[in-house]
Amino acid sequence: MADLHPDNPYAPDRFPDASKPVAFPPEAKKKFDYILTRYPTKEACLLPTLHLAQEVWGWISPETVLYVGGLLDLSPATVFGVVSFYNMYNQKPVGKYHLQVCTNLSCMVRRAYDIYDHLCERLDVNPGATTKDGRYTVVEVECLGSCGTAPVVQVNNDYHENMDVSKMDALLAELK
Amino acid sequence: MEPIKILTANIDKPNSTSIDVYIDGGGYKAIETALKMKPEEVTQLVKDSEMRGRGGAGFPTGMKWSFVPKNAPKPTWLLCNADESEPGTFKDRVIMEKDPHLLIEGMIIAGYAIGSNPMSYIYIRGEFYYGATVLDKALDEARAKGFLGKNILGSGFDFDITVARGAGAYICGEETGLIESVEGHRGQPRVKPPFPAVIGVFGGPTVVNNVETLACVPLIVNKGADWFKSFGSPKNTGPKLYCVSGCVRKPGVYEFPMGINLKELIYDHCGGILGDRKLKAVIPGGASAPMLLPDEIDLPLNFDAVMKAGSMLGSAGIIVLDDSVCIVDAVWRLSKFFAHESCGQCTPCREGTNWLESVLDRIERGEGRKQDADLLLSMSDNIGGKSLCALGDAAIGPVISSVKKFRDEYLHHIEHKSCLPETVRYRRLDAPVAAH
Repeated sequence: MADLHPDNPYAPDRFPDASKPVAFPPEAKKKFDYILTRYPTKEACLLPTLHLAQEVWGWISPETVLYVGGLLDLSPATVFGVVSFYNMYNQKPVGKYHLQVCTNLSCMVRRAYDIYDHLCERLDVNPGATTKDGRYTVVEVECLGSCGTAPVVQVNNDYHENMDVSKMDALLAELK
Repeated sequence: MEPIKILTANIDKPNSTSIDVYIDGGGYKAIETALKMKPEEVTQLVKDSEMRGRGGAGFPTGMKWSFVPKNAPKPTWLLCNADESEPGTFKDRVIMEKDPHLLIEGMIIAGYAIGSNPMSYIYIRGEFYYGATVLDKALDEARAKGFLGKNILGSGFDFDITVARGAGAYICGEETGLIESVEGHRGQPRVKPPFPAVIGVFGGPTVVNNVETLACVPLIVNKGADWFKSFGSPKNTGPKLYCVSGCVRKPGVYEFPMGINLKELIYDHCGGILGDRKLKAVIPGGASAPMLLPDEIDLPLNFDAVMKAGSMLGSAGIIVLDDSVCIVDAVWRLSKFFAHESCGQCTPCREGTNWLESVLDRIERGEGRKQDADLLLSMSDNIGGKSLCALGDAAIGPVISSVKKFRDEYLHHIEHKSCLPETVRYRRLDAPVAAH
């Protein structure tokens, strides 16, 4: 991840923007306080707190890393180590609709790559990238644990099962 | 053999996730019974049932519980492994999304038996967002009825459950990886020993059980160990969920007594091969299980019989491949998975899985070299048994078995620079590379 690509918010020559401090809005703060009551150590609250942060801001920015580290008494390096280890924490902004196509074996033999290629082509976007209007991000993901209803496309938090190219088109029409 | 409805008894009922439906079906009776027994008696009962863990390794559950030391200096923890990520496996999701109270009741009993401290966790993979919301709602209902919280049913036993969501890492299904993740770290497995039963999460003795395993516990308490043993064969007991996916007409989760015949399952219950094509290979226990050839599938699906056939039952994720599938491409896809999911901690796995993927990819693209089939075997030899956790061994399962059983197909790729003529292209080889 630590490449010098211009879109990489974590490129080594960039620093968190101190002029844009982040803080949980009151509703999220309440949820965070509840999380603290459910684990015996502050560090154990890191994963749920990052999920919460991603729910609020859509991705985990370098500023968020600093903020979450401050909340839980963890160094930014520790927090970023966790953010970059787990797939689901977005290290750059994603589109309004995060289209995650499972292409693992059971989905592949049910033509998942056709859906994936079709999405990239139709939305005119490279794999893993976001459309220019910021609406869609298309990524290939590993097994989503829904092989019996393959192929599966996860849109944000929702599973769409038994998909094919025409169903995908119909779904895109709904995702405005 | 006829399908049964024991673990799946509730899932077709309307509103099956609600606590009232669960109680109407006889739910939460087992905790009344269990809380009147001594914890050791509950453990003994599960031992007597000869249940083996449903997560993959098939370790006897009662024995696992009995390894927890009494009077340990730190509190004991119960963790439910709901990080169902093995390609081909999708059974735990059914329990969590359709019958969450069965799992919750099982956890209460397990927590009581091992002397768990008042908090425990269901570690559910992050992608199962819906499952997590169903569980959260079910936990609220159980708390409201007094099945969770302080002094459950007047027994003096305090117990509560929190849903801890993962964030997309297969390795967190490994029990020490899961423990690390619950503690808020990267999910990198620990060196064993010490085993989790001695030092696990937050430094205390820890029992990690699979969802399906815990879901069996209330049934054993209600109906007894002998009833449980009446399903299956000795040492391979109980009802079992089988997940069938890939090139079959009716994929899905099927429940049978442990030991349904694999051939019968595919042809009689799953409607046979899609499009009446020819069966080519079966992966019987999730992505890491060695492949079986069509003439090897006349065997009962239990831990011992599948192991004897040179594979493993694992999580009972059965992936069926027909003759349209290029074996090299299929194994490449699985290797790509393992390379992606390797935690990066130990060298044989981190480097080896990536090399397996690269070599398989070049064979598939028609750039394979003469020695490549043997190269795959020798690389596998340098991963297997030499990695820190079981992921390395998992990664070589499909590679070794496919090179041994489909050597001609590998050689065809290398000689003719193309797949077998009857196979179908399931992915474009000229697809652009992902931008991340």
